[in-house]
Amino acid sequence: MSATILALPDQSTARIPKMNYLSKENGLLSWLLTGDHKRIAILYLISITFFFFIGGSLAGLIRLELLTPQSDLMAADTYNKVFSMHGLIMVFFFLVPSVPATIGNFFIPMMVGAKDLALPKINLLSWYLYILAGGLMLYTMCTGGVDTGWTFTTPLSTHYLNTNVAGAALAVFVAGFSSIFTGLNFVVTIHKMRCPGMTWFRLPLFVWSHYAASILMVLGTPVLAITLVLVILERIAHIGVFDPAYGGDPLLFQHLFWFYSHPAVYIMILPGFGVISEVVSTFSRKRVFGYTAVAFSSVAIAVFGFFVWAHHMFIMGISNYAALVFSLLTMLVAVPSAIKIFNWAFTLYKGSVTFETPMLYAIGFMGLFTIGGMTGVFLGSTGTDIHLTETYFVVAHFHFVMVGGMLMAFLSGIHFWWPKMTGRMYPEKISQFAAVVTYIGFNLTFFPQFILGMLGMPRRYASYPPEFQVLNVFSTAGATVLGVGYLLPVLYLTWSLKYGQIAGNNPWQATGLEWQVQSPPLSENFPEIPIMDHEAYDYEWLDRQQAKEVASV
Amino acid sequence: MSHISPVLWQFLVKWLTNFAIFPPEASRIAAQSDALFFFMVLVSLIGLTTVVLLVVGFSILYRKERHPHAVQIEGSTLLESTWTIIPLGLFLIIFVWGALIYFRVYTPPANAMNIYVVGKQWMWKIEHPGGQHEINALHIPVNEPVQLTIISQDVFHSFSIPAFRIKREAIPGRYTTVGFEATQVGTYHLFCTQYCGTDHSHMTGEVVVMSRDDYKKWLASSTSGMSLAQDGERLFASLSCNACHNDTPNARGPNLVNVYDSRLTLSTGETVTADDAYLRQAILNPSEHVTQGYVPIMPTYQGQISEEGVIALVEYIKSLHSNYRVQQTLNTTALVPQNQEKATPAGQTPSGQKPQGVGR
Repeated sequence: MSATILALPDQSTARIPKMNYLSKENGLLSWLLTGDHKRIAILYLISITFFFFIGGSLAGLIRLELLTPQSDLMAADTYNKVFSMHGLIMVFFFLVPSVPATIGNFFIPMMVGAKDLALPKINLLSWYLYILAGGLMLYTMCTGGVDTGWTFTTPLSTHYLNTNVAGAALAVFVAGFSSIFTGLNFVVTIHKMRCPGMTWFRLPLFVWSHYAASILMVLGTPVLAITLVLVILERIAHIGVFDPAYGGDPLLFQHLFWFYSHPAVYIMILPGFGVISEVVSTFSRKRVFGYTAVAFSSVAIAVFGFFVWAHHMFIMGISNYAALVFSLLTMLVAVPSAIKIFNWAFTLYKGSVTFETPMLYAIGFMGLFTIGGMTGVFLGSTGTDIHLTETYFVVAHFHFVMVGGMLMAFLSGIHFWWPKMTGRMYPEKISQFAAVVTYIGFNLTFFPQFILGMLGMPRRYASYPPEFQVLNVFSTAGATVLGVGYLLPVLYLTWSLKYGQIAGNNPWQATGLEWQVQSPPLSENFPEIPIMDHEAYDYEWLDRQQAKEVASV
Repeated sequence: MSHISPVLWQFLVKWLTNFAIFPPEASRIAAQSDALFFFMVLVSLIGLTTVVLLVVGFSILYRKERHPHAVQIEGSTLLESTWTIIPLGLFLIIFVWGALIYFRVYTPPANAMNIYVVGKQWMWKIEHPGGQHEINALHIPVNEPVQLTIISQDVFHSFSIPAFRIKREAIPGRYTTVGFEATQVGTYHLFCTQYCGTDHSHMTGEVVVMSRDDYKKWLASSTSGMSLAQDGERLFASLSCNACHNDTPNARGPNLVNVYDSRLTLSTGETVTADDAYLRQAILNPSEHVTQGYVPIMPTYQGQISEEGVIALVEYIKSLHSNYRVQQTLNTTALVPQNQEKATPAGQTPSGQKPQGVGR
């Protein structure tokens, strides 16, 4: 694997450009009051990394507890709090904002050829809301925690628990607005701020997938907000919406919650799809196979994604015929994901493929997401869902999609755009090593959980029958390896901020508009508003462009 | 082997002797469910192999060293239709197959033996029709269709028997049903799979499948002396339900004989089937379930009868095929001196008498 597309400038003469978005202003206030989407993206990157490691430590505690069948490391109550906080933090404070608020925030304006997002102040507000919500979540965690699970299931959350349910619900409520504002900003930007010549079908697929995810954020998150307000009111004022004792409907909460939370998994995964499209194309030197199909499959996922929520409720006594309809729709929503996988695979066909770290993560993504997606079909099929739902099979499926899929995509994207964001390269060898470690650790952690689920081990159990121990030991061992895989990037990426090689404008020879300007970019992104005169992923255009530059020098 | 650390040694022993990899198939539906499961495993393996072969194959064939210049390709409608239609077809097969199993699990045969299950934090209470009560255990005969009618008295729980491949949510205030037919004698896990608070992981128990003879012995040895319907009859009398529901010429409540599973016309004009769920609602929330021609005078019993009490009453109403005993109890209560105030207000029982079956 010696071949690489990496083209770095001569390190002895190369310098980071003096004028860039990082050097423009100094001091803490210049960051805290910034309207620059790139700086806000960096703020987000630091904050979500912080929350990722809190959530990750909690996951470590979960795996440690499950090393033995008895609940001996912590009491059952503590365990319940730990997995609840793990879920809440990872879902609402890492996965939902992960790619959109960092990479999306940084690059969507650049990809559409704009100076900034349409509403820079709203963008900053959304970060402040995120921090407010995160602070509140940490406060509830430190003052007793919450043990509802991330799903806030009523009437458990409203009438039976003495923990900080209202605080946690309020934190998620506020975080929801942060997400709505981000989505709103993207929708407006993609509609109104495209540079001359940037038609819809010249947009990079990263932008398409973010557009689909933003629609979901804007339409879905308010439902979650309403649901959480109702939970808080029910808990405090006993208004009787969900509690059957007051004439409420116990299933109503499930419907409302999953009406958001199913689309939410697409909010989490669609931006990841966008990253994979960019990375696979760049490292194959080839246009994404079937651009339109990939673009429209994102939109199809967003549309169908709203009509499958009741597949979380097949065993909950919804009508058999409702289950039938929702199962059918679930099968339909699985198809666009399958299309994408094959399109990415065929992007490699007749390409000129190299295997730098972002590509390794992307290949890992394709394998793990295929498993995650296929096991979703096991759960979408009503008959087998009865046995597999609410067991470790669901846990494994969800983590294959969210950690194996989304987190791989996030790491792929972070490595891919790191040189553009910071102006410096990450160290290649150790990061390739970290990608492989992550892949091995991940499979060792989560694959045994499929078998545990088939055996019937219920999720959210602090103790379990002894015959499940061996598989749990494997899973815990894998989690240790996975932990190393996640710690490494933090270390070497931080190191690279000072010691990494100077990246130059376009180390990957990529075609996106963001790669045609200096790294790190200027505050206003482009010296002058670009004019888009070619398709996305037009490598021949790039070659001509470079030939022209050489000629003019 | 003393040089191996004891922990590792223990682990190896467990690995060799006590390593579960596949759950027992102990019900009629289990084999069907597993057939679909393995079909899906096969489809997944084929899908995964295809993806891996494509990615690895193309990575080797078209790596930069071998193939330095990419050939730009727009796409291919034929290929893209192929990988749209084939997965869609497979998913539709899985959908239909799954739905067939789903309907079998959740529409038990009419002759199935009905057992009631009440979930509460953190135990399962089982009420057999013959009056046997169990906690965290379910004894059933082999090769006999069984229907469980499940309800929760507090939060959501979920009744799961992995060896039978069945599971049903226990919902507060709502009956759900699930059916199965055990095919192998043995003891199997019973789990609560819906997170329900502190001791969720201790809300487990066992399902004991017994041969017909053993089951008969068990029934005889664990009876409480009264069937569930008899429990209900006692409750019916002690709550003075018979004061109105007695089919006398001036009765203030509708006649309950053969009411179960009949079509009722309500005062709102809609027609409903008087199933378990309806009867439960009519007892707990009577003013919204008034039969046409009657005045809404029945008080609510919400919060005054336990879920088991309601189950006993429903079972009693199911068993009512004549009013003879209703009127008998009416006469008896009329003769007993301390019970003279027949229309006792809601839930209050005459002094000193605790209603049977309440608050157990």
